[in-house]
Amino acid sequence: MTESNKLPSGQTRIDSLEMRGVTKRFPGVLANDHVDFDVRSGEVHALLGENGAGKSTLMKILYGLYHPDEGEVLLNGKPVTIASPTDSINLGIGMIHQHFMLVQTLTVAENVALGLPSSRGALTDLDRISKRILELADIYGLKIDPSAYIWQLSVGQQQRVEIIKALYRGAALLILDEPTAVLTPQEVNELFVIMRQMVRDGHALIFISHKLHEVVDISQRVTVLRDGRKIGTRPTSETTKQDLANWMVGREVGFIPDRGDVTPAEVRLQLEDVSCGSDRGTPGLRGVSVAVRSGEILGIAGVSGNGQRELAEAVTGLRKIVSGHVQLEGRDVTNFPPGELTDRMLSYIPEERMRDGMIKDFTVAENLILREHHKQPYSRSGFLNLGGIATHADKLIRDFRVKTPSRETLAKNLSGGNIQKVVLAREISRDPRVILAAQPTRGLDIGATEYVRMQLLEQRKKGAAILLISEDLDEILALSDRIAVIYEGRIMDIVPRADATPEKLGLLMAGVHPEESTSVVK
Amino acid sequence: MSALKNKLQSEWISRFIDSLLPVFATLAALLIGAVMLLFLRVNPIEAYAALWDGAFGSPNAFAETLVKATPLLLVALGICISFRGDVINIGGEGQMIVGAVFATWVGLTFTNLPGWLVIVLALLAGFAGGAVWGGIPGLLKAYFRVNEILSTVMMNAIAVQLMNFLLRGPMIDPSQAQLASKIPQTAPLLDIFRLPRLVPTRLHLGALIAVILAVLVYILLWRTTLGYRIRAVGQNPNAARYAGIKVQRYVVLALLLSGAFSGLAGATQVYGVNYRMITDGSASGFTGSAGFNGIVAALFGQLHPVWSIPASILFGALLVGANKMQRVVQVPSALVIALNGLVVVFVVSSEIWRRRRQRQRLAVGGMEEEPPPPHEKAGQAEAGT
Repeated sequence: MTESNKLPSGQTRIDSLEMRGVTKRFPGVLANDHVDFDVRSGEVHALLGENGAGKSTLMKILYGLYHPDEGEVLLNGKPVTIASPTDSINLGIGMIHQHFMLVQTLTVAENVALGLPSSRGALTDLDRISKRILELADIYGLKIDPSAYIWQLSVGQQQRVEIIKALYRGAALLILDEPTAVLTPQEVNELFVIMRQMVRDGHALIFISHKLHEVVDISQRVTVLRDGRKIGTRPTSETTKQDLANWMVGREVGFIPDRGDVTPAEVRLQLEDVSCGSDRGTPGLRGVSVAVRSGEILGIAGVSGNGQRELAEAVTGLRKIVSGHVQLEGRDVTNFPPGELTDRMLSYIPEERMRDGMIKDFTVAENLILREHHKQPYSRSGFLNLGGIATHADKLIRDFRVKTPSRETLAKNLSGGNIQKVVLAREISRDPRVILAAQPTRGLDIGATEYVRMQLLEQRKKGAAILLISEDLDEILALSDRIAVIYEGRIMDIVPRADATPEKLGLLMAGVHPEESTSVVK
Repeated sequence: MSALKNKLQSEWISRFIDSLLPVFATLAALLIGAVMLLFLRVNPIEAYAALWDGAFGSPNAFAETLVKATPLLLVALGICISFRGDVINIGGEGQMIVGAVFATWVGLTFTNLPGWLVIVLALLAGFAGGAVWGGIPGLLKAYFRVNEILSTVMMNAIAVQLMNFLLRGPMIDPSQAQLASKIPQTAPLLDIFRLPRLVPTRLHLGALIAVILAVLVYILLWRTTLGYRIRAVGQNPNAARYAGIKVQRYVVLALLLSGAFSGLAGATQVYGVNYRMITDGSASGFTGSAGFNGIVAALFGQLHPVWSIPASILFGALLVGANKMQRVVQVPSALVIALNGLVVVFVVSSEIWRRRRQRQRLAVGGMEEEPPPPHEKAGQAEAGT
C-alpha cells in the first residue's frame, strides 16, 4: 500500500463505493426500489430528494442501520456485507446524523472516547484522545477545544465534533445527513470549507440535502430520488436548480408564490420597547418596537440566536417581559398567559414543532384540537365531543392535504412536512387575528415549503397580521411586506421589501448599518 | 431476508404477540420459580397446583382473590392517571393509610347516622384523604420542582408514623386504652357500616365499585377535557403550555387524583375487610403492600384502566394462591415474595421489550409527501440567492 493511498488522517482511502439494486420495504412503503448509487474518492456526491423520497433509508442501509431486502454494496469493487454500524465504521464509513449523537454533559474528548476501547484498559486515555483531536482539527481546519463541554458549543461547533468523531474512528467516506438543516448561513459556509478540504485530501463525501443552492454549490455529482426510485445521476455542472427541482418534485415548481396586492389596514400587534431575558441569563430582547398591520407580513430577519426565539416567546406569553408593552388589537396584553392570548385569536407556529407544536403520542385528531379542545364543538361541559373532533379532523386533513392513514394515526408517525401541515391547519383554521410564524419551513422539502408559504399568503389576504421570524433570507424576501432585522436583541432597522436587497440585509444582520458601514453598532 | 420481510408485513401478528407478552413473562417467572422450588426439594407441579387451587379452586378461593384484587385495582386506577400525566406516584401506601384514617374517623364519629350514608361519607372521606396525601407532593412538584418519586416515598414514611401515633393515641379503641396490652387499633365499626357482601363469601361491594370506577377512569382519561389535559401535559408539557394549558395545575391534579384512588382503596379495606384499623407498626401490615403492587398491576395493564382489571385479578390470585402454596407444600414465605418479585421483574422487562419492538415497527423511512396542487405561478424563476 503506497503512501498516496492514505488520507492525511492516516486512514486508507476509499476509491469507490457502489450500491447496486438496493431495495428496502417497510410495511406499506417501498422505501427504496432498486436504487443504484456510487461515490468516489475526492468528490461530494449530493443525494437530493423530498422528505420520504428514501434518502435517509438508503444511507442507513449503507451505514448498517437497516438491512436491504435486495441489492449489494461494493467497496473498491469488492462486495462487502454491512450488518451493523460497527461493520461500516471498520470499512471506513462514517455518518453525521441530522440529530447529533452527543452527550451534552460530557466534553468533546469524552464524547469522542465514548464507545471506544481505551488504550489504558479500565482507565480513560483522554489526554491521548485530546492530542489526536487537535491533530485532526489541525489537518482539516476544524477549530475545536477538546476539553469544552458539548452544551457550551454552538450547533455548528457540535457538528464539527461529530465530524471529528467520525474522522477519529477512521472515516474515509462520510455520509452527511442534511447537515445544513440546523446551521446558520455562516455556519454552512464554514462547513463547506471543511468539506472542500476533505475532498481535496481524497475523502469521499455523500451530502444529503433538499436545498438546491447548497447542492449546486458544493457537489460534483448529484443523484435525485423520488418515491424511493432513482430519477437520475448527473454531474452538477450540467444541471440547473430548476431541473433539479422539477426532478425532485416530479412536476414544474415555482419558487416565488403569488403575493397579490393587499393594502395593510389597522395595527393588530404592537410591541413597544419590549425587553426580556434569555435562557442563558443574558438579555434576550433590548427594547424592541415593531408593529404589524392587518394584511401585512412583517419579516424578522437575522442570524440565529440574536433574539428571535425570545421575541416569539415574549409575544406568545411563554417568556416574561421585563419592560415594555405588547398590544393585541389595541389592548395591552403584556405578560398575559398563553391561554388568554390563544383566546384572543393569536396563533403561533413554533420554531421547534416537534417540541412545542405537537404531542407525538397523540393522534392527529387530538393534536388538531390542542388549542381549542375546551371549546365547542370539540367539548361540552368538560366532556370531549368525539364526533365534533372527528369531523373537524377529517375536514382539516382534507383541506390541508395532510397525508396520514387516518385521523387516529399518532402524530409521531407522520413525516416532517405533514406534521407542519397539522400545526398549520390547527393554527390557521381558527381564523386568527395575528399569526406568529417562527421558522415555518425549516427542514421542510420544496413541496411542503411551497404549501406553507401559500397558506401564509392566503392568511395575509384574509387580513391576518403576520409576524414571520425566519433565518432563511429567501423566505423573508419572498413573503414579507416589510423586513425588520434583529441583531443582539435589537431591531437594527425596518425596511420596506422594495428597498431590501440581500446585501443590505446581510450587513444589517451582521450589526452594520449600510450607510455607516465602517462602524459596527454594538 | 424474506423471513424478516414476512414478519414486518404481518404487523398484526406481532401486535398480537405484543399483547401476550405479559402472559409469557408471567409464565417465564413461574418457570424460574419452579427451578427455585426444585432447589427446595419441592415438586413444582404440586406447588403450582396448590397455587391455582388457592386462587381459583373454589368459589370462596376466587372470592378471596377478588378481595385481594380490589385495593390493587383501585390503586392501579390512580396510577393510570398519574403515570399518564408523567407523574410517578410511589406514594400509594401512604395515601391508602391516610384515606383509611379519614374514613375510619367518619365511621367512629357519626355513629347515629344511617349506615348507607356513613358508608358513602366514609368512601368520600377516604377519597379526600388520599387526595390530600397525593396533592401535597403534587404541589411540591408543580411549584417547587421537588421530585415526586422522593416526596411520595417520604410521604409514605410520614403516613405510617401518623397511623401509629393515631392508633396508639387519639384513635385507640377505648377498651384497649383501659388494658395493659394497648393493642394499637381503633374501635370496631358498627355492623351496619360494613360494605355489603355481594355473594355469600367475603367478596364485598368495594370490588364492584372498583370495576365501575375503572370504566369511569377510562372515560375521564379519554373522554373529558380534564383527561385530555392530563395526558397532554404528561406527553409533552412544552406543547401543552404553548397551547394554553396551565401545566402546573394538571401536574397537581394528576397526583391528587392518583392519591384519591389509593385513599379509596384504604377506605374499602377498612369498611369491606377489616372493619377497623389496626397497625403492626409497618405500612404493609395495613396495606398488604397494595400501594406498591397496584403500580405493578397498572403497568401490567399497560396503564389502561380497563386492562388493569384482569391485571389486578392476576396479582390478587398470585397473592392468595401463594399463601395456599406455602401451607400445602411447606415452602418459606420468602419464596412466595420472591415469586411475586420475579413476576414483577419479568413483566416490567417485557414491557420494555414491547416498546422496543414497537419502535422497530415504526422505524419506517417516513411517509411520502403528497405534492400540493401545482399553482398558477409554476415555472416562475427562483428567488434571488
